[in-house]
Amino acid sequence: MDFEIPKEKNTGRIIEVALGATAEQGGSRSQKIIIGGSNALPFHFFEGEHPHRPVVAMEVFDKVPAKYPSTLMEYYREVIERPEEMAKKCVEDYGAELINVRLEGTHPEKGNRSAEEAADVVKQVLESVSVPLIITGHSHFEKTNEVLKKVCEVTEGENCLINYAETDNYKTIAAACLAYNHTLVAQTPIDVNLAKQLNILLTEMNFPPDKIVMDPLTGTLGYGLEYTYSIMERIRVDGLAGDKMLAFPMLVTPGYETAKVKEARVTQEDYPEWGDQELRNAYWEIAAAMSLLAAGAELLIMDHPKAVEIIKKNIIEICSSEDGV
Amino acid sequence: MALSGLDIFKLLPKTNCGDCGVPTCMAFAMKLAQKKAELNACPHASEEAKAKLGAASEPPIRLIRIGKARPLEVGNETVMFRHEKTFFHQPGIGLQIRTSEDKARIITGIKKVENYKVERVGEELRADLFLISHDADDKDLLLKTIQMVKDNSSMGVILDCPNKEALKAGIELAKEDRPAVLLRKELADEDIELAKTHPISLILTAPSFDGLASQAEKARQAGVSDLLLNLTSNNAGHRLQNNTIIRRSALRRSFKPFGYPLFTFIQAEDKFDLMAKASAFLCKYDSVIVLPQFDEAMFYTLFTLRQNIYTDPQKPIQVDPKVYPIGDPTPESPVFVTTNFSLTYFMVSGEIENSGISAHLVICDTEGQSVLTAWAAGKFVGDKIAKFIKDIHLEQQVKTRKLVIPGFVSQISGELEENLPGWEVIVGCQEASDISSFIKHVKLT
Repeated sequence: MDFEIPKEKNTGRIIEVALGATAEQGGSRSQKIIIGGSNALPFHFFEGEHPHRPVVAMEVFDKVPAKYPSTLMEYYREVIERPEEMAKKCVEDYGAELINVRLEGTHPEKGNRSAEEAADVVKQVLESVSVPLIITGHSHFEKTNEVLKKVCEVTEGENCLINYAETDNYKTIAAACLAYNHTLVAQTPIDVNLAKQLNILLTEMNFPPDKIVMDPLTGTLGYGLEYTYSIMERIRVDGLAGDKMLAFPMLVTPGYETAKVKEARVTQEDYPEWGDQELRNAYWEIAAAMSLLAAGAELLIMDHPKAVEIIKKNIIEICSSEDGV
Repeated sequence: MALSGLDIFKLLPKTNCGDCGVPTCMAFAMKLAQKKAELNACPHASEEAKAKLGAASEPPIRLIRIGKARPLEVGNETVMFRHEKTFFHQPGIGLQIRTSEDKARIITGIKKVENYKVERVGEELRADLFLISHDADDKDLLLKTIQMVKDNSSMGVILDCPNKEALKAGIELAKEDRPAVLLRKELADEDIELAKTHPISLILTAPSFDGLASQAEKARQAGVSDLLLNLTSNNAGHRLQNNTIIRRSALRRSFKPFGYPLFTFIQAEDKFDLMAKASAFLCKYDSVIVLPQFDEAMFYTLFTLRQNIYTDPQKPIQVDPKVYPIGDPTPESPVFVTTNFSLTYFMVSGEIENSGISAHLVICDTEGQSVLTAWAAGKFVGDKIAKFIKDIHLEQQVKTRKLVIPGFVSQISGELEENLPGWEVIVGCQEASDISSFIKHVKLT
């Protein structure tokens, strides 16, 4: 029986965004990473091109998150207080392709560390690993602006991914990225129109489109995943249909969001029907990451070493299916 | 394509015999077109009429039922993306049992999966079926295993048995329970004969689109239409694409041979890899997912993903309106009030918990709407909240007389205090992420 594969062509293409910079480009990374460039839905090699596979970042902290799951602590106990050592472990032992430095400790309620202290942490991580960096601030506008500005300055030319600008607070951070040549995350709360609006605001201040990564805001498994999933699918469908203000690569944070929830933290003794905690913690992050990949994520920030290993393996397996259906 | 009344009339005997209960064939045709009658009411309909009308009235993906006591229904899907409408029938999740395994282990396994239930946002999550794999030629072990499942479980079964004699005996034993049969090899005439004479569904297996389509067409021509499709591939990327292509062919091209739910038996390197692949295939269109092993954490994770993806985007999940303890609250602990939109509940309860304090969280019935939407709809306003707090006798459960309400509805605080004499209303923060900080700075009791 003759069957014809129903192919659907898209007019749009996701913009290619480079992360990190090598010596030639004014930075010190061993290589830059490019994400985006697809002109078809996730993993649809049969009807389009995906020149770059999704990548996995892991994260380190200037302050250990409150209630960090014991199952994760097992992997990081020795290094968790020393972000530069933890970054090295993530890259060398666990295969992190980028490192995210979370500067939560600069939040006035969570340690109020200074911008200079934050900059020192970032510099140390830059020295200890050669992969591109993501730098993550927080929701306290005044402080995050001060911190990210300082970090942008001391990492000039490295093309870090500065995380994040939001609709009510984007100008200072976007200007710092422009001044010191970094890439920017545009974060909006699980909404197609708000996402589009922020991208318009950024491009109106002449922010280059190939320096924008979208963060649709991750709800992890059981905690709003379905909203993130569908918003990402809508963003991607519209972006591929030609809406340039939605045609950016997408960042998701299944690691941090999973580490916060009860399912990662409680023991089997307390919740027998939820099963083994160690397995559960890894499964939870794997299921969240895998479904977000299916919805269009290009850059995943993850926490659990086992989940990272499995997700990377599956990304490579899936992307090797180009040869045919 | 839907047929018009006139198209249908041309296919009828045009004798106006009235045996269908309608005086004329024309009137009967009109009723058929409006789906107010079924063709089998006409005892004289030709085979041609049955085939044509059947094809025209079929849903793009056929609904398939497996099992009887607790039947699994899959199929009848109409969209590629859940945001276009919704995914209707949650995929069945099952466990493989090999008849060659130790009998005691098989029974323990059956009981474990049968009894495994977990509640999440008011829904009881459970597994749906067993795949019984039998490689031996001897039928006794197969029959014994089927009997073990019948005796210990309410779930449906899929029979996987290459030996046709043994399979036939197995079907006889299981037929009351509407089993499915997994065909590992190409559909044979004897399989069609079995399907025509027994209430079973056939799972067709092929390594190519053409092969699968030919088999499905062969079954359809023979009048066998309770089918599932199993396009085998060794690569997760191929499977994701194949599933999309099959679904798209059925929905957007009306390609009938692919208008059936998809089956997969997942094989992977280890349990983590299994989790990744099961997650991907659950998102992208597999309707029956069988795993080679069981552990509580794996099934809980997969059930949760299934619940997330198959939730109707237009009907938000609601949590039960009541007082939820966060941490280990005492009567002196503070009281927070919010809506019963599941996401609101999860965010607020999570953030209070992360702040390290214990509290009472009063969840009001807003029919699943979030704070601002519910306020705008008049469902999260002073008198409604006050009535709920009185109805649940909150004043007997806590010593404090202060309530924290979401910052987005500060405007209701006066009305709420008026309706709740003796209580003081504290306006909280707008975003759940600021709860920790809010708790540090405001005296809550």
